[in-house]
Amino acid sequence: MTTSALAIEATGLVKSFKEARAVDGVDLAVRAGSVYGVLGPNGAGKTTTIRMLATLLRPDAGSALVLGHDIVEEADEVRASVTLTGQLASVDEDLTGRENLVLLGWLLGLKRPAAKARADELLEAFGLTEAAGRLVKHFSGGMRRRLDIAASMVVTPELMFLDEPTTGLDPRSRNQVWGIVRALVAGGTTILLCTQYLEEADQLADGIAVIDRGRVIAEGTPSQLKASVGSGALRVRLLDPADRPEAERVLTRELGSASPEADPAVLTATCPDADQGALAVAELARAGVRIADFSLGQPTLDEVFLALTGHPAEAPAEPAVPTGEESA
Amino acid sequence: MSINPAQADIGTAADEAAVRKAISSTARPPRAGALSAALAFGWRGMLKVKHVPEQLLDVTITPVMFVLMFTYIFGGAIAGSTREYLQYILPGILVMSVLFTTVYSGVSINTDLTKGVADRFRSLPIWRPAPLLGALLGDAARYLANGAVILILGYALGFRPGAGLPGVVAALGLVVLFAFALSWVFTTVGLRLRSPSAVMNAGFMAIFPLTFLSNVFVGPETLPGPLEAFVNINPISTLASASRGLMEGHVDSGDVVIVLAVAAAVTLVFAPLTSRLYRRS
Repeated sequence: MTTSALAIEATGLVKSFKEARAVDGVDLAVRAGSVYGVLGPNGAGKTTTIRMLATLLRPDAGSALVLGHDIVEEADEVRASVTLTGQLASVDEDLTGRENLVLLGWLLGLKRPAAKARADELLEAFGLTEAAGRLVKHFSGGMRRRLDIAASMVVTPELMFLDEPTTGLDPRSRNQVWGIVRALVAGGTTILLCTQYLEEADQLADGIAVIDRGRVIAEGTPSQLKASVGSGALRVRLLDPADRPEAERVLTRELGSASPEADPAVLTATCPDADQGALAVAELARAGVRIADFSLGQPTLDEVFLALTGHPAEAPAEPAVPTGEESA
Repeated sequence: MSINPAQADIGTAADEAAVRKAISSTARPPRAGALSAALAFGWRGMLKVKHVPEQLLDVTITPVMFVLMFTYIFGGAIAGSTREYLQYILPGILVMSVLFTTVYSGVSINTDLTKGVADRFRSLPIWRPAPLLGALLGDAARYLANGAVILILGYALGFRPGAGLPGVVAALGLVVLFAFALSWVFTTVGLRLRSPSAVMNAGFMAIFPLTFLSNVFVGPETLPGPLEAFVNINPISTLASASRGLMEGHVDSGDVVIVLAVAAAVTLVFAPLTSRLYRRS
């Protein structure tokens, strides 16, 4: 174990519901002051794990210390220093932004004037002053998420559980939320971040645990995790579909493989790192293949899952085994 | 990657430096007291009435309609004159109207659960029953407002209670107390059902027959035997009789004792049950 203090130390957490075993022996060790990402698809057991750690659910088996307090025996002490944000705990839609924060300030032991002052300070810091008097149900998604986080900061927590903070947000709001998370970490708050996006975990987390079917199936730093799956896919769109055979030859030479997509102008190739992707694009230009655009994507959660488990994250709209239209 | 300006939020973006300053500026205050926390939740209930007045309208317009319709349509047929019938029915309408409002306690708690805000409250270091007790205290304030509307309307239409204002206040107090007890039943229902509208349906399905199968509208002696027996043991009949008695100045103290005993029993069973369910769900 590490020498620095652990904010979360969970061993063998198990929780079953009627239908299934949602969490099936999860161990976690989260260093104080770090951002720890829990990565997994819907239904993997992320939220159930957090709800146990936040004392909202009682584990069937296993135990956990949060900030040194047992989550079952010392639930009150745990609640006094943690906060929940995101899909987990919401704000009141029928109150205004300001009323939400004043209410929480009051509940956390501030006197009325102090609660009001604190609410105004947070609204200002989170860019919500103008919207403060509106009912939350009329907030945009991004504003709502910011208010949600502000609500968790009324009294600065030692540990924050942050569940899918950017799901459904546009890129600008997402960047704002990431900025806030970085500021919180700089202020010394430990964060347990649940997400479905490898990119988000990569951007924010110091360590990541990948959860699948209620178990931790991989653990490491973001770079270790990415190294285990390759950095992703290079996707090239050609100006002239007639150039595709030539482009395929070049990419196969440079990257080892290339596959045409259903779109007759598009090719994808798996790519070990960004440098090699850039070189391959340069080679295409040298060969006289004209490119409309290209992108180098991080591996998606699905790719991580395929690499780690051999099965796709879920069985969603996209078929797991391509039928020929999708690239392999 | 272009950003659609239409998606831009109002207000400036959160500024990292300001966020950093805001989170560094507080020391942890002492834990909120039980009463303070419950009052905060009561305040929340009041704010909701302010922002979502439809709920209050639902439960004031309906009884106003009942007062007017029953008094002027059925009054002549049932009691011989609308004036006499108003004298009989108004305390009953007060009971019915306030008890209808209790269903909303269950609806609110279910809304909190389904929207996720209950999880935030449950993760706070506060006295655990505070969210429930506070919400019901806020609801009790609504019962008072609701009752006041009925009584003022009744007075305007010619209702003259024999015991004067003190009798009316005592009756209103008794009704609100009973409603407070009954609302624990609906919070329990609210914690068991899936959606706010399911709670609303179940609530009204229970409260409608219970209030109509009482002596609120007609004297039980006019009913067929088995129905009369039911009406006589229905605690809502006892509550209506006690309210009438208090307002008219000839209360049967036995009725008041029964009402208080039923209220206490219901609270003793359903308050802990609600608390337990709230903690678990």
